[in-house]
Amino acid sequence: MEPQYQNLYDILANSQGYIFPNEIDLQWGILIVVYPFITGLVAGAFILASLERVFKVKILKPTYQIALLTALSFLLVATMPLISHLSQPQRAYEIMITPHSSSAMAIFGFVYLWYLAVVLLLEIWFDYRHSMVVWSNEKKGVMKWVYKILTLGVSDISPQALKWDRKLGYIITVVGIPSAFILHGYVGFIFGSIKANPWWSTPLMPIIFLFSAMVSGISLVLLVYMIISYFRKKTIDLNVLDAIGKYLFFVLILDFTLEALDQIHRIYVAEESFEIIKLLVSGKLYLTLFISQGLVGTLIPLITLAFLQFYKHKIKVRKTMYFIVGILVLIGVYSMRWNVVIGGQLFSKSFSGFTSFKLGLIGLDGTLMAAFWLILPIGILTFLLWLLPPWKMVDEEE
Amino acid sequence: MKRYIPPQIPRLALAFAIVISLFLVLRHLLIPDTFGKYGPYRAASMDDYSTIEIHYAGQQACFECHQDIEDLKALDVHSGIHCETCHGPGQKHSTSAEAADILKPTGREFCGNCHMMNAARQKDAVLQVDLTKHNIGKNCTECHNPHQPWEMKK
Repeated sequence: MEPQYQNLYDILANSQGYIFPNEIDLQWGILIVVYPFITGLVAGAFILASLERVFKVKILKPTYQIALLTALSFLLVATMPLISHLSQPQRAYEIMITPHSSSAMAIFGFVYLWYLAVVLLLEIWFDYRHSMVVWSNEKKGVMKWVYKILTLGVSDISPQALKWDRKLGYIITVVGIPSAFILHGYVGFIFGSIKANPWWSTPLMPIIFLFSAMVSGISLVLLVYMIISYFRKKTIDLNVLDAIGKYLFFVLILDFTLEALDQIHRIYVAEESFEIIKLLVSGKLYLTLFISQGLVGTLIPLITLAFLQFYKHKIKVRKTMYFIVGILVLIGVYSMRWNVVIGGQLFSKSFSGFTSFKLGLIGLDGTLMAAFWLILPIGILTFLLWLLPPWKMVDEEE
Repeated sequence: MKRYIPPQIPRLALAFAIVISLFLVLRHLLIPDTFGKYGPYRAASMDDYSTIEIHYAGQQACFECHQDIEDLKALDVHSGIHCETCHGPGQKHSTSAEAADILKPTGREFCGNCHMMNAARQKDAVLQVDLTKHNIGKNCTECHNPHQPWEMKK
């Protein structure tokens, strides 16, 4: 047999039942799993930061700048999994210069830019401006100029100017909350609007994505706060952990309820696609959906957080529990992205067969590439924390 | 008294103005000249395509010389399949009329491209033959005329 047919027959051996020819190979691999995961971390971290700013949750103050810088580090990388997934990455800019209004992805580019430039960068700038002016006067050599450039040459730190910093920063945060909702709701919208795929096509999708984003972002900030305190050899403020834990608990309940609602609705209406989806979740998605997302990522953290609401002894145990909960929730949300992206492509749209997904290690669409895009933001965050350390900021308010 | 304007605002406005103008200039330079003339694509790409050498002649060009095959094909199940599906691109042959310029496939595996057992293909649309059992060692064309598959050769 000719090699190309041999190849086709080898692949067909991995499929079950009847599938359409273009369903043999998964078009969206692990990088498309990483993309909504990273975007979700951004939106979630920002929403936690805005709790402090807009809703005046004073106890979260030590995490405010950490959350903003975390959001920025991950946002800078958010589009990279998409771009490296393209066959022609050098043409990626075309989506920005000639966007088509019927393309959800093209408009996402502008939602992203709005969020990056108008919300995050501005908010961080207003927040750090006073400190950057002071640092540019204190430092010597290159760093003096770096901070000078970062202030854009505005060196006015009169009480009047600082008052405006706070005022404008507040306005940006207020604008930022709906922007964060739009940013991540949009990612859900891209999946939810694919009407040919019954696993994706639900108007609940943007809301589910949004709440899981908040869950993951809050967990990430919790972890980053604990890790930073460890490296700075500072005691972790348990009140901060308790406050974050409380919000995480409430948002996790909402997230769990919404996802359960989606599934219950699916089971109750039992449309023609239901049989294949039942086979999908009880077969190929069993481990990642029930064990990884449901048990490890949702139920265990929920029970632990509920327990931590009234268990107030042994500080060390509680800190460890918060840390483990943070990691478990991140695993759970990552699994949720996996179940949506990969799960939606595993069953045939003829509803009579399955294909299989083989995750590669190397290559543009492989595990190493995905790991790289997940590790890079941590590097950027380390750099940002060195450049703009929240703990060395000039305290202005009191 | 002069009204206080916070110095951040004009400076940020300037920064945004620079970035946006830079974007607009880049956009102007990067968009091809004929983009958007007919739709959201580069109109000149059609001229580019028109210069590509033509390989396929289309079956009407075949029938100008091969009237007999047209009549033969019309009577049987392969009537809907165009000549170049099996014979390959025929533009060169249609002008040169050389036998060397056109394919004449005969092997079992060539017919098998469409007719071998394949679970992903609908059985009632294309007849499937198990090549590992059906008249092993013989070429399909020894019994079947590919232009009229059900008129068996004697």
